[in-house]
Parts: sequence; C-alpha cells; structure tokens
Amino acid sequence: MVETMSGIPLDPTYGDGLQPGEYPYTRGLYPTGYRSKLWTMRMFAGFGTATDTNARFHALLRAGGTGLSTAFDMPTLMGRDSDHEWSVGEVGRAGVAVDTLADMEDLFAGIKLDKVTTSMTINGPAAILMAMYVAVAEQGGVHRADLGGTIQNDILKEYQAQKEYIFPPRPSVRLVTDLIRFTTAEMPRWHPVSISGYHIREAGSTAAQELAFTLANGFAYVEAAIAAGLNVDDFAPRLSFFFNAHSDFFEEIGKFRAARRIWATWMKDRYGATNAKSLMCRFHTQTAGVSLTAQQPENNIARVALQALSAVMGGTQSLHTDSFDEALALPTEKAARIALRTQQIVAHETGTASVVDPLGGSHFVEWMTDEMERQANEIFDHIDQIGRGSMLEGVYAGIDDGYFVGEIADAAYRFEREVNAGRRIIVGVNEFTENDDDEANLLSIGHATEEMQIKRLDQIRGDRNDDAVRASLTALVEAAGQPDINLMPSIIDAVQTYATEGEIVAALESVFGTYVETAMV
Amino acid sequence: MSETPGISPLSADDQGPLRVVLAKLGFDGHDRGLKVVARTLRDAGMEVIYLGLRQTTDSIVAACEQEDADVIGLSMHNAGHLTLAPRMVQAVEEAGLGVPVVIGGIVPAEDVTVLIEAGVAAVLGPGASTEEVVAAVRAAVAHQSPAR
Ligand code: B12
Repeated sequence: MVETMSGIPLDPTYGDGLQPGEYPYTRGLYPTGYRSKLWTMRMFAGFGTATDTNARFHALLRAGGTGLSTAFDMPTLMGRDSDHEWSVGEVGRAGVAVDTLADMEDLFAGIKLDKVTTSMTINGPAAILMAMYVAVAEQGGVHRADLGGTIQNDILKEYQAQKEYIFPPRPSVRLVTDLIRFTTAEMPRWHPVSISGYHIREAGSTAAQELAFTLANGFAYVEAAIAAGLNVDDFAPRLSFFFNAHSDFFEEIGKFRAARRIWATWMKDRYGATNAKSLMCRFHTQTAGVSLTAQQPENNIARVALQALSAVMGGTQSLHTDSFDEALALPTEKAARIALRTQQIVAHETGTASVVDPLGGSHFVEWMTDEMERQANEIFDHIDQIGRGSMLEGVYAGIDDGYFVGEIADAAYRFEREVNAGRRIIVGVNEFTENDDDEANLLSIGHATEEMQIKRLDQIRGDRNDDAVRASLTALVEAAGQPDINLMPSIIDAVQTYATEGEIVAALESVFGTYVETAMV
Repeated sequence: MSETPGISPLSADDQGPLRVVLAKLGFDGHDRGLKVVARTLRDAGMEVIYLGLRQTTDSIVAACEQEDADVIGLSMHNAGHLTLAPRMVQAVEEAGLGVPVVIGGIVPAEDVTVLIEAGVAAVLGPGASTEEVVAAVRAAVAHQSPAR
C-alpha cells in the first residue's frame, strides 16, 4: 500500500471523469503510473575513444544500470571521419568518436547486447550506426531480433533546429523510413525513431511551437512510412518522443498532457490506427540546458529540480537531468552525479510518484492543456495548408521556405529582448547578480584522443580488403539510385567491410546531394 | 533600438554603419546565440552580413573582402575555440585585412586569456546583454582603426 509520509493511504489516482490509461490519455498512458514502473533515469554518456566510453559503460552496468545511452562526437554526428579537415579539434570531444565497425566493436566489447537496451543519439548517419550495431551484435552471436533500444533518427528537426543534416530532406526521410521498415520487419524490440522537440525548444521556440512542430514531424514520419507501404499499426507502437522540460512549471505540464491527447486523437482519426499502443505518446524528457546559467552555476541545481518535477507531473517515461555546469563545459562526474541524485530525490522523497496525474482537474492546468492544444492546432492548420493536405509535404515546405527556423529565431529574439528589458528575471543574470563568481572545476578533453583515433583509422584502412570496400560502396550507390530498395542491407554489407562512416556518407551523397542551409536571420 | 541607449551605430567621421560579418566555423551548429547577436547588432544600426553555418576561414575572409567588412563575429560552442579562433586571426592577418575578430559562446575563463593573447579582440559568454554585445563590437573596431 502506498501512503504519505504521515501514513495517509493513497489511491493511484483521484477524480471522476477521464482516468489515466483511458483514451485520449491526457491524464497518462497507464492507470497506475509510476507505481507500476518508475520512469527510467537515462543519463547520456560518451567521450574520447570507443575504449574510453566502453570503460564508462562497464562501470554503469556494474552499478546496476540496464540501459546505455551513447553520445557521439561532432564528426560522427555529421557523418565525417576523424581525419576530415573539419574534424580538427572535435574528435572525441563532445561524445565518442566512431569511424568504422572496429570502433563499434570496441565500444560494446564485453557487453551482452541482448541483455541491455541501448539508446543512440544520432540522426543524419543513423542508418550507418544502426548497421554497425547490428553487425557487432551478430559477430557476438546475438540475433538482431533480440536487440532492444532506440536510435534518435529524427532528421526533420535537424533542418529546423539542431543542424546536423547531411543530405537534403527527401532522401533523408527515405533513410528514416528504410530504417523503420527494417526494424519493423526484423527488430521488433527496437524503437526506430525518437521524435524530438527538445532541440526545437533549445533553439528558441515557445512551448506551443515545440509541441506542434514535434508532433507535426511525427505525423510526417507516419505519412512517409505509410507511403512506403507499411500499415500504421505495424510501426506506430514503436515510435517515441523526446521533449524539453523548461522553467515555466504549469505551461510545461500542460504541454505534456496536450501532447498525449493530440497524438492519440490524430493517430486514431486521421491515420486510422486501431492498436491502442499506436495512439500512445510515450516520451523521454530532458531538462532545459538553455535555462542554465554560467553565472552562479550552483543555482542551476534548483532549476533542474523544478524542471524535473514538471516532467514527472507531466508523466514522462524517462528523464535526463542536466548538470549544474551545463553553461560552462561538458559535465564533470560530480556534477552529473548531482543531476542524477536530483531525480532520485524527486522519485523517492517527494511523493509525486505515488499518484498519477496529480494536477489533473486543476482549473488552471486543464485550461493550460487546452490552450496548448489550441495553439498547436493553429500551427497544424498552417502546416497542413502549405502541404496541401499532407503534413509530410507541409513539413518539407516549412523547411524550404524557412518557416520553422524563422519562427524559432523570432521566439528566441523575443525572449532575449524581454530579459534585456528586465521584463523577465533570470536570477543571477539580470537580477540578484554578484561579481565574484568563482570558477568551477571543469572537464577538459585533450588532444591525445584525436591523434589516437586518427592512427587507428589509418591502421584499419591499411588492414582491410579495399576491393571488398569498393564493391560494397558501388552496390550501395546503385541501390540508392532506386527509391524502392531498402538501403539497410547494403549499408550493413558496407560496414562489414570496414568502410568508414565518411566513405559511406560520400557514396550516398553522390546520389542524394548535400544539403546547404540558406543563411537567414 | 530602445535597448541600446547612447550607442551610436555610426562612426564619428560618418563613414556609414559598421559592417559586421557573422559566422560559425566547421561542424558547430549552435546558431541560436549568433542569430540573437545578428538581430541585436542590426537593431543597433549596424549592417550585418550573416554567413551562417559551416563556414571556413577562407569563406569568411572572402566575405570580408567582398563586403568590405569592419569586424568579424564568430560564435563557438563545441570547444574548438583554441584551435579555430587563432586560425581565424591568422587568416585575417595573412589576407592583410586588418579586421578584428570578436568571439562569443562557450569559452572557459582560462581560455579567454589565451585567445586574447592570440589576437582575438574580445570574448563574450552566456548571459551577455545587448549593451555588452554592441559595445564589444564597437570597441573592437575603434581599437583596431581609431579613425572608424
Ligand atoms: C541550446 C543548446 C543546444 C541546442 C542548439 C540549438 C541551436 N540551433 O542553436 C541543441 C539542443 C540542438 C544542442 C545540441 C548539441 N549541443 Co548544445 N547547448 C545548448 C546550450 C544549452 C545553450 C546555448 C545557447 O543557445 N544559449 C542561448 C544563447 C542566446 O546564448 P549564447 O549562445 O551563449 O550567446 C550569447 C553570448 O555567448 C554572446 N555571443 C554568442 N555568440 C556571439 C558572437 C559575437 C560576435 C558576439 C559579440 C557575442 C556572441 O552573446 C549571446 C547573447 O548573450 C549550451 C549550454 C549553455 N547553457 O550555454 C549547450 C552546449 C553548448 N552544447 C553542448 C553539446 C555537447 C552539444 C552536442 C554536441 C550534444 C550531442 N553530443 O549531441 C549537440 C551539438 C549540436 C551541433 N549541431 O553542433 C555543450 C558543448 C560542450 C563544450 N563546449 O565543452 C554545451 C556547453 C552543453 C554542455 N555543458 O554539455 N545544444
């Protein structure tokens, strides 16, 4: 039995009318919420070489973790090799460096891939990293069908916010749907795309824009997958979302509740899904890095705690809490530990996990939920209109005409002006300031990684069978020219020859072209 | 322009508004701050040439020549500043442009001194106000060529 600190017994939920677990899931996906399963505390890790990160993974698993979450470095995220001219200074810095299958072998060495779930945060080259993961597993005798995890693979928000695109939107979406088709057929435990609002919000959008742009991208993938021949109920249960938890407490909670309601109604009414799982908006949440300040950085611990609380009150399935040194550098181990402890305090000390949707029925929160939905609907109408009745075409059009980046930049500037004019207070920045900020201890990553990684890459290029590499890349180029062929098998073949990520990307670029953003302010 | 009281966009000898080239080098895609800075400088009356993402020192030098720029503004968030910023300064010198380089973004305090010694005119960080951004750009130009 669950009771309060003072011994008052608690029901899993309160209130009449719509209950948690009931369509359209405004109040939560499951009737007993966190009582049956606490949210997953998934913290992002990755740095240096694959061997460095592998050691961190083993430490996490020994400490009782069952899920791994991989951060890749910029060259890997951009589909370039560590010795590319632009990779200088970036190798292994913001995440782990992966050039070839050999790095992926090192990254997961000694880890039973059928016993853990792995999350990989990568988009433009997602299909290549997915192929490497499958290849490593199969080398170790684990069948692809037994692999569980998530790959972000959400390319649309890259054009809108994160800017890690490689190819133009349409061929990129083909890669996304190829991966969805592949996992639907062969990897039933895998989540092939995590549709992300986090980056849209961090780039400057409002809460309603985050909600609407993200769900619109979700509808776009649904339309693309249906157009690629899939049945909506075959893949929709494996789609998941990723939202931001920013500082305006009730606005965020309204946003999370509205997300579930909108997704459920659209999936049922517009896309004809009938499996209840297809209607459920499952999401991961991360606290708002952009709200964290370089000034008086310890104050960020309080910000993160409140943001984490809003995510939990909003019913998130998993959570990453940012470290207090966010605005200074990559987190130190101590700062990351405090961030994890913050969620554990929310989970185990505050009682907020005892009751599902504890704010449901509040006049204000219900109004805010409706208001978020109303504002999102206005945005959907616009996208639907510029797409002439197709959300997929609407998202393409909004990318092409600068709608998304323009809206986001406008909102970011509006916010900045409000702060500057003192209409919005940021503690420690434009009010309650001090001049004696002492420098925190910061994590810094040296140059040794880059040299080691490039040496390793040279060695692999020397050891492999170049004819096999060339043949696999030629086959890939041929397949890429035929829109109906699923590229995953050819990409798996290519990674197995130890073709580098950069070589595979170059092969695809020769058919798909390279995306160049129109610079606009 | 209410945010920038007292800061005139025009130089004393009235050569027209300052011309600022803004860019990001390499893979770094954090463009929120640079876009905010672009609008801030524009609202303060400057002429902003926004090159955006994936620029190289060469493309920035070329833009400066073509646009007759007075100052280069870069923002750097992915910890590449110690490599990239000095390269930019060197490229400007080699081209004989005599244009100052101002930087914003994530630069740890101890690196700021290193960059200033390498010839960067100013380094700003998170939370920099409109006034600070505009003042840093103007001061960099004034210092470089007192006539302007
Ligand atoms: C927003 C953000 C993002 C957004 C970016 C959206 C976008 N399109 O810009 C998203 C979520 C996409 C993102 C992704 C990533 N991010 Co990020 N991000 C941030 C964050 C939280 C805020 C940056 C920001 O926009 N602030 C708001 C603007 C207004 O402020 P600003 O940029 O500082 O600009 C001000 C001043 O610096 C100055 N200024 C800036 N530029 C210029 C230029 C001139 C000329 C002048 C005069 C002044 C000036 O004036 C501005 C106004 O005050 C920072 C941490 C932080 N709190 O600062 C991390 C941070 C920069 N990110 C980081 C990382 C690692 C990443 C990823 C690599 C993560 C990954 N492995 O996937 C990716 C890479 C993305 C890419 N393509 O490069 C790290 C970098 C680590 C480091 N340097 O050591 C940071 C520091 C977070 C951390 N501690 O780990 N990120």
